[in-house]
This record gives sequence, structure tokens and C-alpha cells, in this order.
Amino acid sequence: MEEFRVVLLVFISTVLINNFILVKFLGICPFLGVSKQVETAFSMGLATTFVMTLTAAATWLINTYILEALNLPFLRYVSFIIVIASLVQFVEMFIRKSSPVLYKALGIFLPLITTNCAILGLALLIPLNGYNFITSVVFGLGAGIGFTLAIVLMAGLRETLEFGDVPETLQGVPITLILAGLMAMAFMGFSGLISI
Amino acid sequence: MDPVYIYSILSMGGIGAILAIGLGLASKKFHVEVDERITQVEEILPGANCGACGFAGCSSFAQAVINGNTELTGCPVGGEVVADKIAEILGVEGETNETVRAQLLCNGGIKETKKLSNYQGIKTCKAADSINGGTKSCQYSCLGYGDCMEACPFDAITISDNGLPIIDKEKCTGCGKCVTACPKNIIVLAPETKLNHIRCSSHDPGKVVSKICEVGCIGCTLCVKACPVDAITMKDNLAVIDYDKCINCGICSTKCPTNTIEFNGRLIEKLIITDNCVGCTRCKKACPVDAISGEIKKVHEIDQDKCVQCGLCAKVCKVDDAIIVTYKD
Repeated sequence: MEEFRVVLLVFISTVLINNFILVKFLGICPFLGVSKQVETAFSMGLATTFVMTLTAAATWLINTYILEALNLPFLRYVSFIIVIASLVQFVEMFIRKSSPVLYKALGIFLPLITTNCAILGLALLIPLNGYNFITSVVFGLGAGIGFTLAIVLMAGLRETLEFGDVPETLQGVPITLILAGLMAMAFMGFSGLISI
Repeated sequence: MDPVYIYSILSMGGIGAILAIGLGLASKKFHVEVDERITQVEEILPGANCGACGFAGCSSFAQAVINGNTELTGCPVGGEVVADKIAEILGVEGETNETVRAQLLCNGGIKETKKLSNYQGIKTCKAADSINGGTKSCQYSCLGYGDCMEACPFDAITISDNGLPIIDKEKCTGCGKCVTACPKNIIVLAPETKLNHIRCSSHDPGKVVSKICEVGCIGCTLCVKACPVDAITMKDNLAVIDYDKCINCGICSTKCPTNTIEFNGRLIEKLIITDNCVGCTRCKKACPVDAISGEIKKVHEIDQDKCVQCGLCAKVCKVDDAIIVTYKD
């Protein structure tokens, strides 16, 4: 029961309190790049969640059974990156086969999940936090859901903003950055939600 | 040897090998059939992935070309050679799109128009235009401060001594930057093949125009009446040419009393149908003034009284030397 409590806490804290985008400022590139339409943003979020969960599992296994067992912690970056790259490649092939429309909508941002710092950040945070396998997977899932939540909220705001009367100088990227800043401040409100 | 080296090499090599095998299998399982022309085009492209075409790389460009989202000539690195090869793959003849060139629809320079006031502000058309529409007598006229020249990325525009931009046809690429830069909206993009241009944009009534400009359109409608294909219409005291309809006959330019209409081609003196005519009736159908008579499969004849020398019959005629065109000059 105690373990379940910890897992649940990790999940909630990664989704809301330590949201990867809005609190840790990781993965800003797709956050700004693919947040023009709710639908695409949601798909991007799902793809990233999928990669994050798999990454969490794969990197935990590699870290625990290969790198730590052989005392090679300095290989973390290199090995994590090739694992992430391969996973993204796999997801890309899968999406291309199963949904060409989604493949087109995600465009360049799909292969760019590889270089998404949120994913490498996640992989590196797991050994740092000392999670076990289950917690790691939940941590990855939570990070992905938090990512999806942030990017979908952003897309919803930007869709509404299309009809808004934005001053000419702020149109486009500036207003988006202001929005992101306001959202980040709003998410700071979660910081007192729970304490472990 | 330090075991760390061996462990590192083995572990990384092992991870890499496993992932490679996994991906290899997955790529077989999730193989997607792509248009083979895309791969062909990709092979032709330079493969530098420089992005000069505006796409993310050579493969994105290849896709866009096949889907018809961009020009064949879009790859600046490959140039004409690559464009020709792509055209071959697509089965089209080189440049299929009509190329356009910027045309200035105003001939009222310093000499032809009058000056109403002195302007000492910022020397740009936009600034001058915002103050009572500039200093010239005609409010539609070119201001001559050269906003279009500044905007032109190809140095195709120079301002003449007469205060009018001269557009170099060789250098102009038809990008349209000057069109948006001009506050008077007197630059248009016209097909390169069209030789007739009405060089006036004034919507003032004829009386006013004749007072303020020597070469303005006075709305006499002579060109409208003369045009054999109804390509010219009057819009608010101004003759406007429809480039889609224009057949480059140049008749309008001969009728214009103020020399507003420019014609860069050759005027036709006379058209004669010879005995080579096979009587296909193409010319008869094409003639806008019904000047051609004749039965099918018999030699046709042109009624010289009715003929307006537009040359349309000669253009549609498919038989060699069936219609002889003599040009003026």
C-alpha cells in the first residue's frame, strides 16, 4: 500500500507540480512548434507520452542492469541517446504506417522528438531520483501526460487567440511566449498541492 | 587492458546491435509504399539538404514537387539541369507555368505631369503618399521616390531621370515585392508573353486627366471599341486590359489618342490566305469580326474590308504557309 501511495504521488507530482514543460522548462521546442491546433497537439502529446514511457522503462533497465552493474555511469548520455533515437525511429515508422495523416500533421516534429530535451531529461532524472522500475515507468507516463496536458492547453489558447484582437507587434511568437509565461506562472500554483 | 574499456565497448556495441536489429525488423514490418517518383527525384537532387528551396531537406522538396506544391525549378543549387530532369520524371515540358513580369501602369513622369507642391519629408513613396497623396497633379501617378527599387531583391528596377521606375525585363523574376511596396498600387504582374499594356491607373474623368497629364487615359473608349476580342473594358473612367483575353494584336495602341497604350510587338499590315489552305475552318471560327468566309475543305478567303489585322487566324492555323502575314515596318 505504501508503494502504491508513492507511485501515485510521483504520478501527480510529475503531471502537475513538476510539469516538464511549464515548471522544468524542458521540451519547449514542440511546445511552441506544434501547438497551433488542438488535434495535432494532442497527437504530438500522445506520441511523446509513448516515447517517454518506453524510454523510462528501457533506460531504467539499461542503467540498472548494464551501466550500474558494470560501473559505467559515464555512458549514460550516449546509451540513453541511442535508445531514445531508436525508439523515436520506431514510433515514426509505426505512425507512418498506421496514420499517414497524423504523420503529415506532425511533420518534422516527429523525428525531432529524438532531440527533445524533455525525453533525455526524463532518462537522466530517473537514476538521479533513484526510482525503481514501476515508479520509473509511472514517472515516464506522468511526464508524458503532463507534456500532453500543457501542449493541449496551449493549443486551445492559441486556437482561441486566432480570433482575438492581438496588437500587431505581439502577433505570432511574442504573444505565444507571453502565454507560455502566464501558463507557467499558473502552474506554480500547484507547487503546494502535496509534499512528500 | 582496463576492463572498463572492454565493458564499455561490449555494452554499447551490444545495445547498438540489438536496437539495430529491432529497427531493421520493424522497418520491414512497417514498410510503407511510397510514390517511386519521389525516390527518383530524390536521387537527382544534389542531396546537400541545404534548405535553400524553403523545405526541410531534399526529400521534403522531392515530396512537394511530386505533390505539385512547388515549382520544378525550386532547387536553386541544382538549377536548370535538375529542373529538366525532374520535368522528365513528371512527364511535363520544362516550364509550364506562365511567367509574369512586373509592369508599371503609369507613364506620367516629371515631364508629363504637373507638380502641385514641394515635398521635403522622408524620401519614400510611402511617406510622401501619406501626406495628401504626394506632390503630383495626378493622385494616381507614380511618385518616383523608388520604394519599388528598394523592395526589388534583384536590382531590376531603376528610377529614370523622368522620375519613373524602369523595370529590367531580364532581371525581373515576377516575385511581386514591388507590387506590395508601391503605395499607389500601380505596379501589376502581367504575363511575360503579353505585349499590350495600358500605362495609366487614373480613375479621374477624362477632362481632369487631360489637364493634369499628357499621357493619361481620358476614357475615350476607342480602344474598347477597337479591341477585336473584348479584352479591354472601362472601369471608372479607366481602360483596363484583361491579359487572359488579349491576343497581342496591338490594335488598341494604334487607336489610343494619348499614347497611353504601349505595344511592344509588331503590327500586322495584311493577312492573306493562300492555296495551301485545307479548309479546316479553324480560322473562320477564330476570327472575331467574321471576316473569313469559305466552305469546309475549300480554300477560305479573308474579306479585307472587315479584317482588323489582329492575326488571330494566323495563330490558330495549323497548316504551313496557309496564311501569310505581312507586318508593318
